[in-house]
Amino acid sequence: MRYLPKSDAERKEMLATLGMDSIERLYAHLPKEVLLDRPLSIAPGKSEYEIIDWFRARGDENAVGYACFLGAGAYYHYRPVMCDVVVSRGEFLTSYTPYQAEMAQGTLTTIFEFQTMICQLTGMDVANASMYDGSSAIPEAAMMAMRITGRHKVLVARTVHPEYRAVLATYAKYQGVPVAEIAYDPETGKLDLDDLAAKLDAQTAAVIIQSPNFFGCLEDTAKIAALAHSKGALLVFSFAEAVSLGLLEPPHEADIVVGEMQSFAHPPSYGGPYAGIVATKEKYMRQLPGRLAGETKDSAGNRAFCLTLSTREQHIRREKATSNICTNQALIALMATVFMSVYGKQGLRELAVQNLSKAHYLAGGLPLRFSGPFFNEFAVSTNGKSPEAVNEALLSQKIVGGLPLGKYYPELSGCLLLCATEMSRREQMDKVKGAIL
Amino acid sequence: MYPENYRYTKEHEWVLAEGDTGTVGITFHAQKELGDIVYVDLPKPGTAVEQGKTIGSVESVKAVSDIYSPVSGEVVESNEELATAPEKLNEDPHGVAWLIKIRLSAPGEINNLMTAADYQAYLGE
Amino acid sequence: MPGKTRNHISQNEALLFEMSSPGKKGYQLPDLDVPVVDAAAVLGTENTREEITDFPEVSEVEVIRHFTRLSTWNYGIDLGLFPLGSCTMKYNPRVNETVARTEGLAWAHPYQPESLSQGALKIAVELEQALAEITGMDAVTLQPAAGAHGELTGVLLIRALLESRGNPRKKIIIPDSAHGTNPATAALAGYGVANLKSNDKGLVDVEALAKLVDEDTAALMVTNPNTIGVFEEDIVKVTSLMHSKGALVYMDGANMNALVGITRPGDFGIDVMHLNLHKTFSTPHGGGGPGAGAVAVKAHLEPFLPIPRVVRIGEMLRLDENRPQSIGRVRAFLGNYGVLIRALAYIMAHGGPGLRNATLDALLNANYIRKALEPYFDLPYTNPSMHECVFSDDRQAAKGVKTMDIAKRLIDYGFHPYTVAFPLIVHGALMIEPTETESKAELDAFIEAMIAIAKEVESDASFVLKAPYHTRTPRVDETTAARKPVLRWKPQPAVNKAAD
Repeated sequence: MRYLPKSDAERKEMLATLGMDSIERLYAHLPKEVLLDRPLSIAPGKSEYEIIDWFRARGDENAVGYACFLGAGAYYHYRPVMCDVVVSRGEFLTSYTPYQAEMAQGTLTTIFEFQTMICQLTGMDVANASMYDGSSAIPEAAMMAMRITGRHKVLVARTVHPEYRAVLATYAKYQGVPVAEIAYDPETGKLDLDDLAAKLDAQTAAVIIQSPNFFGCLEDTAKIAALAHSKGALLVFSFAEAVSLGLLEPPHEADIVVGEMQSFAHPPSYGGPYAGIVATKEKYMRQLPGRLAGETKDSAGNRAFCLTLSTREQHIRREKATSNICTNQALIALMATVFMSVYGKQGLRELAVQNLSKAHYLAGGLPLRFSGPFFNEFAVSTNGKSPEAVNEALLSQKIVGGLPLGKYYPELSGCLLLCATEMSRREQMDKVKGAIL
Repeated sequence: MYPENYRYTKEHEWVLAEGDTGTVGITFHAQKELGDIVYVDLPKPGTAVEQGKTIGSVESVKAVSDIYSPVSGEVVESNEELATAPEKLNEDPHGVAWLIKIRLSAPGEINNLMTAADYQAYLGE
Repeated sequence: MPGKTRNHISQNEALLFEMSSPGKKGYQLPDLDVPVVDAAAVLGTENTREEITDFPEVSEVEVIRHFTRLSTWNYGIDLGLFPLGSCTMKYNPRVNETVARTEGLAWAHPYQPESLSQGALKIAVELEQALAEITGMDAVTLQPAAGAHGELTGVLLIRALLESRGNPRKKIIIPDSAHGTNPATAALAGYGVANLKSNDKGLVDVEALAKLVDEDTAALMVTNPNTIGVFEEDIVKVTSLMHSKGALVYMDGANMNALVGITRPGDFGIDVMHLNLHKTFSTPHGGGGPGAGAVAVKAHLEPFLPIPRVVRIGEMLRLDENRPQSIGRVRAFLGNYGVLIRALAYIMAHGGPGLRNATLDALLNANYIRKALEPYFDLPYTNPSMHECVFSDDRQAAKGVKTMDIAKRLIDYGFHPYTVAFPLIVHGALMIEPTETESKAELDAFIEAMIAIAKEVESDASFVLKAPYHTRTPRVDETTAARKPVLRWKPQPAVNKAAD
């Protein structure tokens, strides 16, 4: 086996120091009844070439060479070459969680930069080193809000990504946390403020919204925050499309911001690995889940970084920890950090403007389902045709169309959710328009 | 080392009863075991506390220790200086780094606790 | 000084924010092929930001130098032995990185039509089958993103099954040697934690367990081999005992690298377990993640697995969401898919016989280290070791040198430290897991370094206390970091010249 760096002679020599004549002796003390009495039924080992070939064949069974207008929580954005160059360095790729600060200043410094840039983008004071993804960050934020407020109910907008809501429901169900959904305005596609006002009560810990929301529309964050705060609830603001932060006013009014960083340098990769974040105001810092890097000094008096406020975490506080999270998505967060450095202040804005412009070109002339302002995604009525039929027609032109919304919103069964990014080309967008009109 | 007029718990808290007020802290031994203390979480004034029940926690870089109330009553003051200067708990745990003051609801409870001599014997075990 | 030395680029590196200057660029976007839209006009001025305050502006050359320099301040498996106990830091084959970037896989959208996702789904099915075979379980979900996430999924499955039988019960028994994630997970799933004291061999105390388990007990969470690297010799008795009380047994699979091809949890009575694909199956740890926490279950838990499940209908693989007893989703989409690709590539490279050989070499390496270091370090539990060995700092602590000090000194010898001060049942633990991907020469260098440190403690303990000496960064002040947290960069306030 090419990953095992020993000759048989070396094995023998090592076994001899243990007074053993065969390698099987190493587990001879296990109870006989538990031993596997046959080889594993897994084909013998393959060469590197065969492995590459096999996966290439699997890739070719997928949609290769198609233009794609799907978004809905996984976005097609150009990935600067630099991102893979950096994360492919063994010192980052094959390093461990930076508990030993003296040997991990590289990782720790990049986490500190990541945390800072997330704060700058979101308008929050502190951000953690990453969560699994945008979906699992939502229940973490809900639990955080429950700890802060001492309340036990959660309200979530129906315009939050349906799979994010499903994850929240799983976490909440088994903890006995009531979760109620807030309706959306069928005209604007934005959260229905009256429904929110009616459902808020003295036991509401958090109001959870997403903006741009699942329909691509911007929510009225300030109004929602004011309403939530008037009843003593916290506002949890989530985002699925990080590119929007380059252009949109940050959610200063929110108490907790969670989100998905996939757009910053990770390809859709059939759903993962992505990276979530949780950011908040300074006063709630000690309620954050997950790892945090902090600045300090080394014994020579130079700036250094280390993981800090660790007593919140499971390896110390065990059943009283703020979360059970241990392994996070560090390397994906590093990719995002490189992405943010490459684009920088001007580039993120320009990138966002391109997304906005492409999406508005695509939307031009189409029967939009909602009137609310949108960033790079929008719902469109398919003009009497079924959304599935529109998609089918597009497939024959090597285009993957939009997401039929009926599966998640039965009342929107005649609608497609379309997304355009800087990678969408005009002639392909024209074909999509043609298939709908 | 351990003031004679204080009473002590097995969980390494001390209390000094004066009239109907008890001042509560953690012992020299407790801070030494924890090492450099970085954060203290204390109950707000007005909180009702009960002898033997958790009232907060004290943290070092890599450990958290619950604080148990040595007496019952109502918190009347908590030592706000510790929020910005938790290191005082390492420097003067029996003095300036007291944690909270409690209006005693059952002053007799003091008698359940160890004297300085008892506590030192307990530590010696 | 024996063994390896490391070189460092020791110059200081400014943060991105500090090297920023307005107008510097590391990007160029293509020209727009559509009319540019005025953001304020379509979104409203109240919804658009002026700028991202203080966000960096740097050039491409600065970006590559910045991150490359920072990388040299890190340690990784590519540089040498990474003996972190319970973390299984093994070689990360590079072909796995290549295949994860296969165009049709990396650029597959989770919502693209099933008919255009057959390759992606086939990979998931192949991996599920391989993991079921390796663990001796009946079904596998690949959705959880990491070990702790897998634990939560597993405990929710237990809860759902017990609820379907009429009573979810109230508590989970967890040995005092367990990882911190176990009690944190139980709490997250709404269970109380009953702590089980280990016996004098550091193992599950069957008699104490028998007394503790009752009608309110939902499950036992057990790690096998446990965190001192010893196989739970009474595991069959333990699982039968739990089952006889109507409770289930969850296995933390963090130490599965000791078992693959030798024994299968499904064959010794485990109901549900997670696998850390970033440990046993070599996907890169990446400085803290991503991982993947596949959960394997026996048939009685299968109906409760998270949706969607990949199912074969005729010739087509499909995503099935119509599973009324499912606990629901634990994550959006199909999980950390790119990590799953890497794990399958690892399994394919080894094949069945190769996986077993890897396990045997892992056991050999751990026992080789144990044997060599036993004369110098206290070994609190003497049962045969599996894939890791755990010493205590008893002898060195008598000289005032603790496990963390030894760990810091080890850095000077060019190695990443072992796991420090865990498990909690060993006072001052040194937990060492070499994994199978270490050569004899690398192990010998590590052993030589550990013995040299043990001798230094004898001759000059105070010298060891101030280590490391040879890193770019000497000991870091974690106390000040926690007392006065600085968690983000901020611009220095402008100096008030008038006041000078």
